[in-house]
Amino acid sequence: MSAASPLDEQNDRHAPLSSPEIVVCPNGPLLVRGDFTIAAANGGKIPRRRRTVALCRCGASGIKPYCDGTHKLIGFRTKPDTENAV
Amino acid sequence: MRIPSARGRFSGSLFELLRRPPEEETTGTFSLVEQLVDQAMDHHEILVDEDLQLALFCLYELHYGGLEGANERWEWNPGLIAARQKIEAVFEEALRGAVVLPSDRPENSDSVAEALFGLTAADNGPSMSRYVAKSATVEQVREFVVHRSIYQLKEADPHTWAIPRLTGRAKAALVEIQADEYGGGRQERMHSALFARTMRVLGLHDSYGAYVDVVPALTLASTNMMSMFGLNRRLRGAIVGHLAAYEMTSSQPNRLYGNGLRRLGFSQDATWYFDEHVEADAVHEQIAGRDLAGGLFETEPHLLEDIYFGATAALALETMSTARIMAAWEAGKSSLLVPLPSSS
Ligand code: FES
Ligand SMILES: [Fe+2]
Ligand SMILES: [Fe+2]
Repeated sequence: MSAASPLDEQNDRHAPLSSPEIVVCPNGPLLVRGDFTIAAANGGKIPRRRRTVALCRCGASGIKPYCDGTHKLIGFRTKPDTENAV
Repeated sequence: MRIPSARGRFSGSLFELLRRPPEEETTGTFSLVEQLVDQAMDHHEILVDEDLQLALFCLYELHYGGLEGANERWEWNPGLIAARQKIEAVFEEALRGAVVLPSDRPENSDSVAEALFGLTAADNGPSMSRYVAKSATVEQVREFVVHRSIYQLKEADPHTWAIPRLTGRAKAALVEIQADEYGGGRQERMHSALFARTMRVLGLHDSYGAYVDVVPALTLASTNMMSMFGLNRRLRGAIVGHLAAYEMTSSQPNRLYGNGLRRLGFSQDATWYFDEHVEADAVHEQIAGRDLAGGLFETEPHLLEDIYFGATAALALETMSTARIMAAWEAGKSSLLVPLPSSS
């Protein structure tokens, strides 16, 4: 048997229902779903209003840390070579 | 909702029929179908045909909340379904004729999303949201909300029809989006409920269909398009493309709508719906593009054209409808068939 890969983990029926997952969206935000909290630097929690959130990584959102779609207006581009699955 | 006032020969016969019990009306429904053939529907006109769009809207409404005073058995009456299909055939032809599909052939789900993001970014129709943000009057904002109420008070419902027609990644994606549209299990956070709240703050009636009698054919056509895509399994590609385009053209416009209401002095209660969509649809557009449309393309690549069709048709009708509303306002007129009583 080979060592457990992340894929095995996803298919593991004993894995908790809500284990967090981060999806790296090309030219866009990070989608985060599952069980997690977003902590403020001062130790508090940042309010979260939905189960799956999009975190801004272009820096231009008006509602940071969340994405508001502004990345599309500023032509935000990510590099496929560092973000593709291996 | 109540059965609205007829706008012509066909909706007139239909509404008369709906007030009777369906068991006795086999001949009535089939003569309705014949009437449609006579009426020789024209696909150049159907998007603005008051009589047919209103009738189609009510035929679909039998599958949603129903029509007060119409027996519920009318929903699957073969004559009415036949009539609906005749209108749908012409309506679909009109929509297909109104769009140009992109020719690029994507390789994978991410390139489907890229293509859809490209389509929606290239859309350069008149901007209702910029107008509302900068210059709309309270009366114009109320009219805008009335037009939107035809869909928004049952927001998400037409796309929900697609859930059992999808599988795997696309199905999980649609359910994830819809759960958020329906408030994540909290009734008061359902997007339709947030919209109703906005209407109440603006002094408008928030019961479903309260304004059907005053909105023009084009406004009804936008919702009819979604119902047609959602209720016909063969058009599942189109309903998926429609949702993707809808989500992809939402965050920024909704930010501007919220700003417009704030400019006019409205409270957070009025802007909640719009503010919610700035954040929600930045999430939904990613899921809709990559997992829903992209996922559907992976399992059923032959549906690509319909995915594009649904997306471009959504943009095209939005452009037409906005142009019509703004033209009325520019001429100093109401964009509704009957102006609203003024708010005091
Ligand atoms: S990543 Fe979407 S606004 Fe920054
Ligand atoms: Fe919504
Ligand atoms: Fe949405």
